[in-house]
Amino acid sequence: MKENHWLRDHWLILLTGVVVGTAALILTAAGNPKNMGFCIACFERDIAGALGLHSAAKVQYIRPEIIGIVLGSLLAAVAAKEFRGRAGSSPACRFVLGLFVMIGALVFLGCPLRMVIRLGGGDLTAVAGLLGFVAGILVGIVFLKKGFSLGRAYSVRKGEGLMLPGVMVILLVLLVAAPQLLKFSEEGPGSMRAFWLVSLIAGLVVGALAQRSRLCMAGGLRDVFLLKDYTLLTGFLAIWVTVTVGNLIMGKYNFSAVSQPVAHSQYLWSFLGMALAGWGSILLGGCPLRQLILAGEGNGDSGVTVLGMIVGAAVAHNFGLAGNPDSVVDGIYKVGGIGTHGMVAVVLGFVVLLVISLLHLPGKEEA
Amino acid sequence: MIDTRGLSCPTPVVMVQKAIKDGAPAKLEVLADAKVAVENVTRFAHSQGYQVEVTADGPDFKLTLTK
Repeated sequence: MKENHWLRDHWLILLTGVVVGTAALILTAAGNPKNMGFCIACFERDIAGALGLHSAAKVQYIRPEIIGIVLGSLLAAVAAKEFRGRAGSSPACRFVLGLFVMIGALVFLGCPLRMVIRLGGGDLTAVAGLLGFVAGILVGIVFLKKGFSLGRAYSVRKGEGLMLPGVMVILLVLLVAAPQLLKFSEEGPGSMRAFWLVSLIAGLVVGALAQRSRLCMAGGLRDVFLLKDYTLLTGFLAIWVTVTVGNLIMGKYNFSAVSQPVAHSQYLWSFLGMALAGWGSILLGGCPLRQLILAGEGNGDSGVTVLGMIVGAAVAHNFGLAGNPDSVVDGIYKVGGIGTHGMVAVVLGFVVLLVISLLHLPGKEEA
Repeated sequence: MIDTRGLSCPTPVVMVQKAIKDGAPAKLEVLADAKVAVENVTRFAHSQGYQVEVTADGPDFKLTLTK
């Protein structure tokens, strides 16, 4: 009887996790980079490149997965009568937080979702990222318990809520009808892509399911530590199990800490990068995937956050902050990672997050 | 009445958690404007042994938690 209750309460989040994991496997098989079937940070970074916001030639493409996630969420929210224009909860802070969440994720080389997908591929270097993500979430929880809040959002016109979905529609039109206006990679991760319609459909399905199930990578761990609620973590684990099993079946599971696709073994900075992403996600109320879903539901603040993440990706590549993957050069294994600029950016990110955290504790608003 | 309208996740649940921790009241009323907040507060309230009644309040939701 108890098992029936558990299944009744968790089937949707379980299904969502299995579908996200399966979609990641399918997209990888269809051409997306290895261990990167779905990566919100990487794909927003590619979009920034396609729009010419950065000039890293290897990471430029309008990723239809991102478009699909936002529009899938929009459709699901409208169908469930949950679409509602909302905005006004510290949008400038959210923009900056989104920017540093993106920098942290690109230092690690993946958003929390890709971190799980990397773990599901046997990538042991991602363990450092997972530990950092947990550490960042725990820091964020300290501030939540002290009363941290970015303040209330208010009802706004539907047009505000439709702004990011509208941007996604424009990107889709450009991708399909006028790709010559955009910059697309001819080599590197940006050149590795599934057929756009396959990517779009995968995004739509994932977006709709994630909207209904409230899937959130940061929320999964946060709720365990803060509320002893394991619901969202179920989705997180379902993705990991699905990707692991799928890779094992397809003979693509590589349980190793070396030569992993688009990953580096600079563990300390993987840890710190994801700590920054985790802390920032807690302050924002959700991981990068969740921000796309909320933006699809009409949340203008999350729309601003997504724009902040895209700008963060541009900053990361324009100033050489993002991690470089490990590589083999002339038969010699070369450890990648970040340079001094990236290290400074991560430290600056922690300072900025600390300031924002402290300024949004109770009693500071009136001061 | 705890007004959680417009507050992003998980602040609504944290406010309810604090109210329960501070006094374990037999009855609590919570105002929410998002389904996700209703779901989260309901799940948490159930875990704390509360019954939850949800009623529509215009575009918002009123949750009555009773023990």
